[in-house]
Amino acid sequence: MPNFEHIDVDIALEEKQRKADLAAMSAGLDALETNSKRGSDRRKRIFRAFAPLVAVAIVLVLWQIAVWLKLQPDYILPSPAQVVASLIDQAQQGLLFPSALNSLRRGVQGFAISLIIALPIGLALGLNPTLRAIARPLLTGLQQLPSVAWVPAAIIWFGLSDATIFAVVLLGAVPSIANGLISGIDQIPPIYLRAGKVLGAKGFKSIYHIVIPGAWPGFLGGLEQGWAFAWRSLMAAELIAIAPSLGPGLGLMLDTGRQLGDMSLVLGSIITIMAVGVLIERLVFAPVRQRTLRNRGLITS
Amino acid sequence: MSEQILKIRNLTKRFTASGPVIIDDFNLDLHEGEFVSLVGASGCGKSTLLNILTGLDSPTSGTIESKYAASLMFQEHALLPWLTAGENIELALKLSDAPEVKKLDADGREARAQELLELVHLPHAFDLRPHELSGGMRQRVAIARALAQGRKVLLMDEPFAALDAITRDFLHDELIRIWQETGLAVIFVTHNVREAVRLGQRVILMSSKPGRIIREWPIKYAQPRRIESNTVAQISAVITDELRKEIRRHA
Repeated sequence: MPNFEHIDVDIALEEKQRKADLAAMSAGLDALETNSKRGSDRRKRIFRAFAPLVAVAIVLVLWQIAVWLKLQPDYILPSPAQVVASLIDQAQQGLLFPSALNSLRRGVQGFAISLIIALPIGLALGLNPTLRAIARPLLTGLQQLPSVAWVPAAIIWFGLSDATIFAVVLLGAVPSIANGLISGIDQIPPIYLRAGKVLGAKGFKSIYHIVIPGAWPGFLGGLEQGWAFAWRSLMAAELIAIAPSLGPGLGLMLDTGRQLGDMSLVLGSIITIMAVGVLIERLVFAPVRQRTLRNRGLITS
Repeated sequence: MSEQILKIRNLTKRFTASGPVIIDDFNLDLHEGEFVSLVGASGCGKSTLLNILTGLDSPTSGTIESKYAASLMFQEHALLPWLTAGENIELALKLSDAPEVKKLDADGREARAQELLELVHLPHAFDLRPHELSGGMRQRVAIARALAQGRKVLLMDEPFAALDAITRDFLHDELIRIWQETGLAVIFVTHNVREAVRLGQRVILMSSKPGRIIREWPIKYAQPRRIESNTVAQISAVITDELRKEIRRHA
Protein backbone atom coordinates (compact mmCIF):
# COMPACT_ATOMS: atom_id res chain seq x y z
CA MET A 1 0.00 0.00 0.00
CA PRO A 2 1.46 3.36 -0.97
CA ASN A 3 2.14 5.75 1.81
CA PHE A 4 1.33 9.42 1.35
CA GLU A 5 2.09 10.51 4.87
CA HIS A 6 5.25 12.27 3.84
CA ILE A 7 3.24 14.67 1.73
CA ASP A 8 2.00 17.46 3.86
CA VAL A 9 -0.20 20.48 3.42
CA ASP A 10 0.29 22.29 0.14
CA ILE A 11 -1.25 25.55 1.00
CA ALA A 12 -2.50 26.37 4.44
CA LEU A 13 -4.41 29.58 4.61
CA GLU A 14 -5.15 31.14 7.92
CA GLU A 15 -8.40 29.55 9.20
CA LYS A 16 -10.28 32.78 9.72
CA GLN A 17 -9.25 34.20 6.38
CA ARG A 18 -10.38 30.99 4.74
CA LYS A 19 -13.85 31.24 6.25
CA ALA A 20 -14.20 34.87 5.23
CA ASP A 21 -13.10 33.98 1.71
CA LEU A 22 -15.63 31.19 1.57
CA ALA A 23 -18.46 33.45 2.70
CA ALA A 24 -17.50 36.06 0.11
CA MET A 25 -17.16 33.39 -2.56
CA SER A 26 -20.61 32.15 -1.66
CA ALA A 27 -22.15 35.61 -1.87
CA GLY A 28 -20.40 36.30 -5.18
CA LEU A 29 -21.46 33.02 -6.81
CA ASP A 30 -25.04 33.42 -5.64
CA ALA A 31 -25.19 36.97 -6.96
CA LEU A 32 -23.84 35.88 -10.34
CA GLU A 33 -26.08 32.88 -10.71
CA THR A 34 -29.47 34.14 -9.65
CA ASN A 35 -31.71 36.28 -11.72
CA SER A 36 -32.88 39.21 -9.65
CA LYS A 37 -35.67 40.17 -12.04
CA ARG A 38 -38.93 39.16 -10.42
CA GLY A 39 -42.56 39.94 -10.94
CA SER A 40 -44.22 40.60 -14.24
CA ASP A 41 -44.72 43.56 -16.44
CA ARG A 42 -47.70 45.64 -15.28
CA ARG A 43 -48.80 46.50 -18.79
CA LYS A 44 -48.68 42.86 -19.84
CA ARG A 45 -50.85 41.91 -16.89
CA ILE A 46 -53.45 44.58 -17.64
CA PHE A 47 -53.55 43.49 -21.27
CA ARG A 48 -54.05 39.89 -20.23
CA ALA A 49 -56.93 40.82 -17.93
CA PHE A 50 -58.82 42.64 -20.66
CA ALA A 51 -57.81 40.59 -23.71
CA PRO A 52 -60.85 38.26 -23.54
CA LEU A 53 -63.09 41.32 -24.05
CA VAL A 54 -61.75 41.55 -27.61
CA ALA A 55 -63.46 38.25 -28.47
CA VAL A 56 -66.66 39.41 -26.77
CA ALA A 57 -66.60 42.64 -28.79
CA ILE A 58 -66.09 40.76 -32.08
CA VAL A 59 -69.01 38.43 -31.36
CA LEU A 60 -71.23 41.40 -30.45
CA VAL A 61 -70.30 43.27 -33.65
CA LEU A 62 -70.97 40.20 -35.87
CA TRP A 63 -74.25 39.58 -34.05
CA GLN A 64 -75.34 43.20 -34.47
CA ILE A 65 -74.40 43.13 -38.17
CA ALA A 66 -76.47 39.95 -38.63
CA VAL A 67 -79.40 41.71 -36.95
CA TRP A 68 -78.99 44.81 -39.18
CA LEU A 69 -78.91 42.63 -42.27
CA LYS A 70 -82.23 41.14 -41.07
CA LEU A 71 -80.99 37.60 -41.76
CA GLN A 72 -83.70 36.29 -39.45
CA PRO A 73 -86.81 37.82 -37.89
CA ASP A 74 -86.22 39.12 -34.37
CA TYR A 75 -88.22 36.39 -32.61
CA ILE A 76 -85.50 34.03 -33.88
CA LEU A 77 -82.51 36.36 -33.72
CA PRO A 78 -83.09 39.24 -31.30
CA SER A 79 -80.54 42.06 -31.16
CA PRO A 80 -78.00 42.35 -28.32
CA ALA A 81 -79.98 45.34 -27.04
CA GLN A 82 -83.17 43.27 -26.84
CA VAL A 83 -81.36 40.54 -24.90
CA VAL A 84 -79.96 43.10 -22.46
CA ALA A 85 -83.43 44.63 -22.09
CA SER A 86 -84.89 41.23 -21.32
CA LEU A 87 -82.22 40.63 -18.64
CA ILE A 88 -82.91 44.06 -17.13
CA ASP A 89 -86.59 43.17 -17.13
CA GLN A 90 -85.82 39.92 -15.27
CA ALA A 91 -83.73 41.86 -12.78
CA GLN A 92 -86.56 44.36 -12.21
CA GLN A 93 -88.98 41.51 -11.59
CA GLY A 94 -86.57 40.30 -8.93
CA LEU A 95 -85.82 37.07 -10.78
CA LEU A 96 -82.36 37.40 -12.28
CA PHE A 97 -80.18 37.66 -9.17
CA PRO A 98 -82.08 35.16 -7.00
CA SER A 99 -81.95 32.71 -9.93
CA ALA A 100 -78.23 33.21 -10.47
CA LEU A 101 -77.45 33.09 -6.75
CA ASN A 102 -79.56 30.01 -6.11
CA SER A 103 -77.93 28.17 -9.01
CA LEU A 104 -74.50 29.29 -7.86
CA ARG A 105 -75.22 28.12 -4.32
CA ARG A 106 -76.25 24.70 -5.62
CA GLY A 107 -73.20 24.57 -7.86
CA VAL A 108 -70.80 25.44 -5.04
CA GLN A 109 -72.44 23.08 -2.55
CA GLY A 110 -72.54 20.26 -5.09
CA PHE A 111 -68.91 20.89 -5.98
CA ALA A 112 -67.88 20.89 -2.30
CA ILE A 113 -69.67 17.58 -1.64
CA SER A 114 -68.11 16.14 -4.83
CA LEU A 115 -64.68 17.15 -3.60
CA ILE A 116 -65.21 15.45 -0.24
CA ILE A 117 -66.31 12.25 -2.00
CA ALA A 118 -63.69 12.35 -4.78
CA LEU A 119 -60.68 12.96 -2.53
CA PRO A 120 -60.58 9.54 -0.82
CA ILE A 121 -61.54 7.78 -4.06
CA GLY A 122 -58.75 9.53 -5.99
CA LEU A 123 -56.19 8.86 -3.26
CA ALA A 124 -57.14 5.19 -2.93
CA LEU A 125 -57.04 4.57 -6.67
CA GLY A 126 -53.96 6.73 -7.17
CA LEU A 127 -51.93 4.94 -4.52
CA ASN A 128 -53.19 1.37 -4.77
CA PRO A 129 -52.67 -0.39 -8.13
CA THR A 130 -55.08 -3.22 -7.30
CA LEU A 131 -57.95 -0.88 -6.47
CA ARG A 132 -57.13 1.11 -9.55
CA ALA A 133 -57.25 -1.93 -11.83
CA ILE A 134 -60.66 -2.77 -10.41
CA ALA A 135 -62.32 0.62 -10.26
CA ARG A 136 -60.71 3.03 -12.71
CA PRO A 137 -62.58 1.78 -15.82
CA LEU A 138 -65.86 2.34 -13.96
CA LEU A 139 -64.76 5.83 -12.98
CA THR A 140 -63.74 6.66 -16.54
CA GLY A 141 -67.03 5.24 -17.81
CA LEU A 142 -68.92 7.53 -15.44
CA GLN A 143 -66.83 10.45 -16.66
CA GLN A 144 -67.70 9.66 -20.28
CA LEU A 145 -71.40 9.43 -19.55
CA PRO A 146 -73.21 12.77 -19.92
CA SER A 147 -74.60 13.34 -16.45
CA VAL A 148 -77.90 14.56 -17.93
CA ALA A 149 -78.53 10.87 -18.57
CA TRP A 150 -78.92 10.48 -14.80
CA VAL A 151 -81.70 13.06 -14.51
CA PRO A 152 -84.62 10.65 -15.17
CA ALA A 153 -83.20 8.10 -12.75
CA ALA A 154 -82.59 10.73 -10.10
CA ILE A 155 -86.15 12.05 -10.43
CA ILE A 156 -87.51 8.51 -9.91
CA TRP A 157 -85.23 7.93 -6.91
CA PHE A 158 -85.42 11.28 -5.16
CA GLY A 159 -88.49 13.00 -6.63
CA LEU A 160 -88.38 16.66 -7.54
CA SER A 161 -86.09 17.76 -4.74
CA ASP A 162 -82.69 19.32 -4.19
CA ALA A 163 -81.41 15.77 -3.70
CA THR A 164 -82.14 15.01 -7.34
CA ILE A 165 -80.17 18.02 -8.48
CA PHE A 166 -77.24 17.26 -6.18
CA ALA A 167 -77.19 13.61 -7.28
CA VAL A 168 -76.79 14.69 -10.91
CA VAL A 169 -74.14 17.28 -10.03
CA LEU A 170 -72.19 14.70 -8.02
CA LEU A 171 -72.30 12.10 -10.77
CA GLY A 172 -70.95 14.75 -13.12
CA ALA A 173 -68.19 16.17 -10.93
CA VAL A 174 -66.89 13.30 -8.77
CA PRO A 175 -65.35 11.23 -11.62
CA SER A 176 -63.54 14.26 -13.05
CA ILE A 177 -62.10 15.32 -9.71
CA ALA A 178 -61.08 11.78 -8.77
CA ASN A 179 -59.53 11.13 -12.19
CA GLY A 180 -57.65 14.45 -12.00
CA LEU A 181 -56.21 13.46 -8.64
CA ILE A 182 -55.19 10.04 -9.97
CA SER A 183 -53.33 11.52 -12.94
CA GLY A 184 -51.82 14.15 -10.64
CA ILE A 185 -50.46 11.34 -8.45
CA ASP A 186 -49.11 9.52 -11.52
CA GLN A 187 -47.24 12.64 -12.55
CA ILE A 188 -45.45 13.24 -9.25
CA PRO A 189 -41.73 13.05 -10.07
CA PRO A 190 -40.42 9.94 -8.25
CA ILE A 191 -37.59 11.97 -6.71
CA TYR A 192 -40.11 13.82 -4.50
CA LEU A 193 -41.58 10.56 -3.22
CA ARG A 194 -38.06 9.34 -2.52
CA ALA A 195 -37.18 12.59 -0.78
CA GLY A 196 -40.32 12.22 1.33
CA LYS A 197 -39.32 8.70 2.35
CA VAL A 198 -35.80 9.78 3.24
CA LEU A 199 -37.20 12.62 5.36
CA GLY A 200 -39.39 10.11 7.18
CA ALA A 201 -42.84 10.86 5.71
CA LYS A 202 -44.99 7.76 6.10
CA GLY A 203 -48.68 7.00 5.78
CA PHE A 204 -50.94 9.98 6.39
CA LYS A 205 -47.96 12.35 6.72
CA SER A 206 -46.70 11.26 3.32
CA ILE A 207 -50.14 11.90 1.79
CA TYR A 208 -50.43 15.30 3.42
CA HIS A 209 -46.88 16.58 2.94
CA ILE A 210 -45.84 14.90 -0.31
CA VAL A 211 -48.61 13.20 -2.31
CA ILE A 212 -51.28 15.92 -2.36
CA PRO A 213 -48.94 18.88 -2.92
CA GLY A 214 -46.97 16.80 -5.45
CA ALA A 215 -50.14 15.88 -7.32
CA TRP A 216 -51.56 19.40 -7.02
CA PRO A 217 -51.02 20.65 -10.62
CA GLY A 218 -52.87 17.65 -12.09
CA PHE A 219 -55.39 17.67 -9.27
CA LEU A 220 -56.12 21.34 -9.91
CA GLY A 221 -56.86 20.49 -13.56
CA GLY A 222 -59.30 17.86 -12.28
CA LEU A 223 -60.93 20.40 -9.97
CA GLU A 224 -61.40 22.88 -12.81
CA GLN A 225 -62.91 20.20 -15.00
CA GLY A 226 -64.97 19.00 -12.05
CA TRP A 227 -66.37 22.50 -11.57
CA ALA A 228 -67.23 22.76 -15.29
CA PHE A 229 -68.97 19.37 -15.12
CA ALA A 230 -70.78 20.31 -11.92
CA TRP A 231 -72.05 23.55 -13.46
CA ARG A 232 -73.15 21.84 -16.69
CA SER A 233 -74.86 19.00 -14.85
CA LEU A 234 -76.59 21.50 -12.61
CA MET A 235 -78.02 23.37 -15.59
CA ALA A 236 -79.18 20.11 -17.20
CA ALA A 237 -80.86 19.08 -13.95
CA GLU A 238 -82.50 22.49 -13.41
CA LEU A 239 -83.75 22.48 -16.98
CA ILE A 240 -85.49 19.14 -16.58
CA ALA A 241 -86.40 18.91 -12.90
CA ILE A 242 -88.78 21.80 -12.50
CA ALA A 243 -91.00 22.27 -9.48
CA PRO A 244 -92.07 25.28 -7.39
CA SER A 245 -90.52 23.63 -4.32
CA LEU A 246 -87.08 23.83 -5.96
CA GLY A 247 -87.04 27.62 -6.03
CA PRO A 248 -85.49 29.83 -8.72
CA GLY A 249 -82.54 28.90 -10.91
CA LEU A 250 -80.91 29.80 -14.20
CA GLY A 251 -82.07 26.51 -15.73
CA LEU A 252 -85.63 27.38 -14.78
CA MET A 253 -85.21 30.86 -16.27
CA LEU A 254 -84.02 29.30 -19.51
CA ASP A 255 -86.96 26.90 -19.58
CA THR A 256 -89.39 29.77 -18.92
CA GLY A 257 -87.95 31.56 -21.96
CA ARG A 258 -88.48 28.44 -24.07
CA GLN A 259 -92.09 28.03 -22.90
CA LEU A 260 -92.91 31.68 -23.60
CA GLY A 261 -91.13 31.50 -26.96
CA ASP A 262 -89.11 34.50 -25.73
CA MET A 263 -85.79 34.16 -27.61
CA SER A 264 -84.35 37.23 -25.88
CA LEU A 265 -84.85 35.57 -22.51
CA VAL A 266 -83.44 32.27 -23.81
CA LEU A 267 -80.28 33.96 -25.09
CA GLY A 268 -80.08 36.13 -21.97
CA SER A 269 -80.23 33.02 -19.77
CA ILE A 270 -77.59 31.24 -21.84
CA ILE A 271 -75.30 34.26 -21.61
CA THR A 272 -75.84 34.48 -17.84
CA ILE A 273 -75.03 30.77 -17.41
CA MET A 274 -71.84 31.23 -19.39
CA ALA A 275 -70.94 34.40 -17.54
CA VAL A 276 -71.26 32.76 -14.13
CA GLY A 277 -69.05 29.87 -15.32
CA VAL A 278 -66.43 32.23 -16.70
CA LEU A 279 -66.55 34.39 -13.59
CA ILE A 280 -65.82 31.43 -11.30
CA GLU A 281 -62.99 30.30 -13.57
CA ARG A 282 -61.46 33.77 -13.63
CA LEU A 283 -61.97 34.67 -9.98
CA VAL A 284 -61.27 31.32 -8.32
CA PHE A 285 -59.38 28.87 -10.51
CA ALA A 286 -57.23 31.16 -12.65
CA PRO A 287 -55.53 32.91 -9.70
CA VAL A 288 -54.89 29.58 -7.94
CA ARG A 289 -53.48 28.05 -11.12
CA GLN A 290 -51.36 31.12 -11.77
CA ARG A 291 -49.96 31.06 -8.25
CA THR A 292 -49.25 27.33 -8.37
CA LEU A 293 -47.35 27.58 -11.65
CA ARG A 294 -45.42 30.66 -10.54
CA ASN A 295 -44.45 29.20 -7.17
CA ARG A 296 -43.09 26.10 -8.83
CA GLY A 297 -41.22 28.01 -11.51
CA LEU A 298 -43.34 26.53 -14.29
CA ILE A 299 -44.08 30.01 -15.63
CA THR A 300 -41.99 33.11 -15.18
CA SER A 301 -44.55 35.88 -14.95
CA MET B 1 -10.33 6.81 18.75
CA SER B 2 -13.78 8.37 18.70
CA GLU B 3 -16.96 6.39 19.12
CA GLN B 4 -17.87 3.91 16.41
CA ILE B 5 -21.28 4.74 14.99
CA LEU B 6 -21.65 2.33 12.10
CA LYS B 7 -20.50 -1.24 11.74
CA ILE B 8 -21.32 -3.18 8.60
CA ARG B 9 -20.35 -6.85 8.46
CA ASN B 10 -20.60 -9.22 5.49
CA LEU B 11 -23.40 -7.26 3.89
CA THR B 12 -24.71 -9.01 0.78
CA LYS B 13 -27.59 -8.00 -1.42
CA ARG B 14 -29.38 -9.70 -4.27
CA PHE B 15 -32.81 -8.61 -5.41
CA THR B 16 -34.09 -12.12 -6.18
CA ALA B 17 -32.95 -15.40 -4.70
CA SER B 18 -31.43 -16.59 -7.98
CA GLY B 19 -30.56 -13.12 -9.31
CA PRO B 20 -27.11 -11.55 -9.55
CA VAL B 21 -25.25 -10.46 -6.45
CA ILE B 22 -25.39 -6.66 -6.28
CA ILE B 23 -23.28 -6.16 -3.19
CA ASP B 24 -20.90 -8.87 -2.02
CA ASP B 25 -19.46 -9.17 1.48
CA PHE B 26 -19.27 -5.45 2.20
CA ASN B 27 -17.60 -4.43 5.47
CA LEU B 28 -17.25 -0.93 6.86
CA ASP B 29 -16.48 0.72 10.17
CA LEU B 30 -17.39 4.34 10.55
CA HIS B 31 -16.46 6.47 13.53
CA GLU B 32 -17.97 9.68 14.76
CA GLY B 33 -16.90 12.64 12.65
CA GLU B 34 -15.22 10.53 9.98
CA PHE B 35 -15.30 11.39 6.28
CA VAL B 36 -15.19 8.39 3.95
CA SER B 37 -15.28 8.57 0.16
CA LEU B 38 -16.63 5.65 -1.80
CA VAL B 39 -15.52 5.41 -5.44
CA GLY B 40 -16.67 2.96 -8.06
CA ALA B 41 -17.70 2.65 -11.68
CA SER B 42 -21.31 2.07 -12.68
CA GLY B 43 -22.80 -1.09 -11.25
CA CYS B 44 -20.86 -1.03 -8.00
CA GLY B 45 -24.13 -1.16 -6.07
CA LYS B 46 -23.64 2.19 -4.41
CA SER B 47 -27.25 3.32 -4.75
CA THR B 48 -28.42 0.01 -3.34
CA LEU B 49 -25.96 0.34 -0.48
CA LEU B 50 -27.19 3.85 0.35
CA ASN B 51 -30.81 2.70 0.19
CA ILE B 52 -29.98 -0.06 2.66
CA LEU B 53 -28.19 2.35 4.98
CA THR B 54 -31.13 4.77 4.98
CA GLY B 55 -33.60 1.97 5.56
CA LEU B 56 -35.31 2.21 2.17
CA ASP B 57 -34.14 -1.34 1.40
CA SER B 58 -32.89 -4.27 3.44
CA PRO B 59 -29.84 -6.50 3.03
CA THR B 60 -30.12 -10.14 1.94
CA SER B 61 -27.58 -11.18 4.54
CA GLY B 62 -25.05 -9.59 6.85
CA THR B 63 -25.43 -7.17 9.72
CA ILE B 64 -25.58 -3.43 10.11
CA GLU B 65 -25.07 -2.11 13.58
CA SER B 66 -25.79 1.54 13.60
CA LYS B 67 -26.11 3.87 16.51
CA TYR B 68 -27.92 6.55 14.54
CA ALA B 69 -30.07 6.59 11.45
CA ALA B 70 -28.48 8.28 8.47
CA SER B 71 -29.77 11.09 6.30
CA LEU B 72 -29.31 11.02 2.55
CA MET B 73 -28.63 13.64 -0.07
CA PHE B 74 -29.11 12.96 -3.78
CA GLN B 75 -27.49 14.11 -6.98
CA GLU B 76 -30.62 16.03 -7.84
CA HIS B 77 -31.43 18.48 -5.12
CA ALA B 78 -34.87 16.90 -4.51
CA LEU B 79 -36.15 20.05 -2.83
CA LEU B 80 -39.93 20.12 -2.88
CA PRO B 81 -40.92 22.84 -5.36
CA TRP B 82 -44.16 23.76 -3.59
CA LEU B 83 -42.24 24.83 -0.48
CA THR B 84 -39.75 27.65 0.01
CA ALA B 85 -36.16 26.86 0.96
CA GLY B 86 -36.98 27.53 4.62
CA GLU B 87 -40.16 25.43 4.51
CA ASN B 88 -38.24 22.52 2.98
CA ILE B 89 -35.96 22.55 6.01
CA GLU B 90 -38.90 23.01 8.39
CA LEU B 91 -40.57 19.95 6.87
CA ALA B 92 -37.44 17.87 7.54
CA LEU B 93 -37.54 19.13 11.14
CA LYS B 94 -41.24 18.31 11.44
CA LEU B 95 -40.76 14.76 10.13
CA SER B 96 -37.55 14.01 12.04
CA ASP B 97 -37.55 11.30 14.68
CA ALA B 98 -34.50 12.66 16.50
CA PRO B 99 -35.56 13.51 20.09
CA GLU B 100 -33.87 16.93 20.20
CA VAL B 101 -35.56 17.90 16.92
CA LYS B 102 -38.95 16.47 17.93
CA LYS B 103 -39.24 18.74 20.94
CA LEU B 104 -39.04 21.91 18.81
CA ASP B 105 -42.29 23.87 18.37
CA ALA B 106 -43.18 25.84 15.24
CA ASP B 107 -41.13 28.89 16.29
CA GLY B 108 -38.25 26.66 17.29
CA ARG B 109 -38.34 24.98 13.90
CA GLU B 110 -38.36 28.28 12.07
CA ALA B 111 -35.40 29.52 14.08
CA ARG B 112 -33.51 26.26 13.53
CA ALA B 113 -34.22 26.38 9.78
CA GLN B 114 -32.85 29.92 9.59
CA GLU B 115 -29.80 28.84 11.61
CA LEU B 116 -29.14 25.99 9.16
CA LEU B 117 -29.50 28.35 6.20
CA GLU B 118 -26.92 30.60 7.82
CA LEU B 119 -24.64 27.60 8.28
CA VAL B 120 -24.70 26.97 4.52
CA HIS B 121 -24.18 30.69 3.83
CA LEU B 122 -27.73 31.35 2.64
CA PRO B 123 -29.09 33.67 5.32
CA HIS B 124 -31.50 35.43 2.94
CA ALA B 125 -32.90 32.38 1.16
CA PHE B 126 -35.67 31.40 3.59
CA ASP B 127 -38.56 32.66 1.46
CA LEU B 128 -37.11 31.82 -1.94
CA ARG B 129 -38.55 28.97 -3.97
CA PRO B 130 -36.23 26.23 -5.27
CA HIS B 131 -36.59 27.50 -8.86
CA GLU B 132 -35.35 30.92 -7.77
CA LEU B 133 -32.07 29.42 -6.56
CA SER B 134 -29.02 28.44 -8.60
CA GLY B 135 -27.91 24.79 -8.74
CA GLY B 136 -25.23 25.34 -6.13
CA MET B 137 -27.62 27.16 -3.80
CA ARG B 138 -30.14 24.34 -4.12
CA GLN B 139 -27.57 21.77 -3.14
CA ARG B 140 -26.63 23.87 -0.12
CA VAL B 141 -30.30 24.04 0.91
CA ALA B 142 -30.39 20.27 0.41
CA ILE B 143 -27.38 19.94 2.74
CA ALA B 144 -29.16 22.13 5.29
CA ARG B 145 -32.28 19.99 4.96
CA ALA B 146 -30.28 16.80 5.46
CA LEU B 147 -28.61 18.33 8.53
CA ALA B 148 -32.06 19.30 9.87
CA GLN B 149 -32.89 15.65 10.43
CA GLY B 150 -30.52 15.72 13.37
CA ARG B 151 -28.65 12.56 12.51
CA LYS B 152 -25.00 11.76 13.00
CA VAL B 153 -24.35 10.22 9.60
CA LEU B 154 -24.78 12.00 6.29
CA LEU B 155 -24.83 9.88 3.14
CA MET B 156 -24.18 11.78 -0.06
CA ASP B 157 -24.95 10.21 -3.43
CA GLU B 158 -22.88 12.12 -6.01
CA PRO B 159 -24.32 15.36 -4.69
CA PHE B 160 -22.21 17.68 -6.83
CA ALA B 161 -22.09 15.70 -10.08
CA ALA B 162 -24.55 17.96 -11.90
CA LEU B 163 -22.87 21.26 -10.97
CA ASP B 164 -20.47 23.39 -12.97
CA ALA B 165 -16.77 23.16 -12.05
CA ILE B 166 -16.51 26.51 -10.25
CA THR B 167 -19.52 25.79 -8.08
CA ARG B 168 -18.37 22.23 -7.41
CA ASP B 169 -14.97 23.44 -6.20
CA PHE B 170 -16.64 25.92 -3.95
CA LEU B 171 -19.05 23.35 -2.55
CA HIS B 172 -16.12 21.05 -1.74
CA ASP B 173 -14.74 23.83 0.44
CA GLU B 174 -18.15 24.45 1.95
CA LEU B 175 -18.80 20.79 2.65
CA ILE B 176 -15.47 20.42 4.44
CA ARG B 177 -16.16 23.56 6.48
CA ILE B 178 -19.65 22.29 7.43
CA TRP B 179 -18.28 18.85 8.23
CA GLN B 180 -15.64 20.38 10.51
CA GLU B 181 -18.18 22.65 12.19
CA THR B 182 -20.82 19.98 12.78
CA GLY B 183 -18.73 16.90 13.51
CA LEU B 184 -20.90 14.73 11.28
CA ALA B 185 -19.75 11.43 9.86
CA VAL B 186 -20.00 11.50 6.07
CA ILE B 187 -20.09 8.74 3.47
CA PHE B 188 -19.56 10.44 0.14
CA VAL B 189 -20.24 8.38 -2.98
CA THR B 190 -18.78 9.57 -6.27
CA HIS B 191 -17.49 8.55 -9.69
CA ASN B 192 -14.90 11.25 -9.49
CA VAL B 193 -11.62 9.99 -8.00
CA ARG B 194 -10.16 13.46 -7.50
CA GLU B 195 -13.27 14.58 -5.69
CA ALA B 196 -13.04 11.51 -3.45
CA VAL B 197 -9.41 12.30 -2.63
CA ARG B 198 -10.08 16.03 -2.22
CA LEU B 199 -12.70 15.32 0.44
CA GLY B 200 -12.17 12.01 2.22
CA GLN B 201 -10.04 10.88 5.12
CA ARG B 202 -10.29 7.46 3.56
CA VAL B 203 -11.05 6.48 0.00
CA ILE B 204 -12.67 3.10 -0.59
CA LEU B 205 -12.62 1.68 -4.11
CA MET B 206 -15.50 -0.60 -5.07
CA SER B 207 -15.59 -3.21 -7.81
CA SER B 208 -18.59 -3.51 -10.11
CA LYS B 209 -20.97 -6.43 -10.59
CA PRO B 210 -20.80 -7.51 -7.85
CA GLY B 211 -19.99 -4.50 -5.69
CA ARG B 212 -17.19 -5.44 -3.38
CA ILE B 213 -14.42 -3.46 -1.68
CA ILE B 214 -11.21 -3.70 -3.73
CA ARG B 215 -9.00 -1.57 -1.63
CA GLU B 216 -8.89 1.30 0.80
CA TRP B 217 -6.49 4.25 1.00
CA PRO B 218 -6.06 6.50 4.01
CA ILE B 219 -5.60 10.13 2.96
CA LYS B 220 -3.56 11.56 5.78
CA TYR B 221 -3.26 15.00 4.41
CA ALA B 222 -4.81 17.95 6.20
CA GLN B 223 -7.79 19.97 5.06
CA PRO B 224 -8.24 22.37 3.40
CA ARG B 225 -6.94 20.55 0.36
CA ARG B 226 -7.05 21.81 -3.16
CA ILE B 227 -8.31 19.63 -5.93
CA GLU B 228 -5.62 20.96 -8.27
CA SER B 229 -2.76 20.27 -5.84
CA ASN B 230 -0.02 17.82 -6.74
CA THR B 231 -0.78 15.65 -3.76
CA VAL B 232 -4.42 15.15 -4.73
CA ALA B 233 -3.34 14.51 -8.32
CA GLN B 234 -0.73 11.91 -7.34
CA ILE B 235 -3.00 9.98 -5.03
CA SER B 236 -5.80 10.15 -7.59
CA ALA B 237 -3.53 8.73 -10.27
CA VAL B 238 -2.80 5.65 -8.16
CA ILE B 239 -6.48 5.07 -7.40
CA THR B 240 -7.54 5.73 -11.00
CA ASP B 241 -5.11 3.06 -12.21
CA GLU B 242 -6.76 0.56 -9.90
CA LEU B 243 -10.22 1.67 -11.02
CA ARG B 244 -9.28 1.25 -14.68
CA LYS B 245 -7.86 -2.18 -13.99
CA GLU B 246 -11.24 -3.09 -12.49
CA ILE B 247 -13.17 -1.69 -15.47
CA ARG B 248 -10.92 -3.56 -17.96
CA ARG B 249 -11.75 -6.76 -16.14
CA HIS B 250 -15.31 -6.43 -17.45
CA ALA B 251 -14.25 -6.06 -21.11
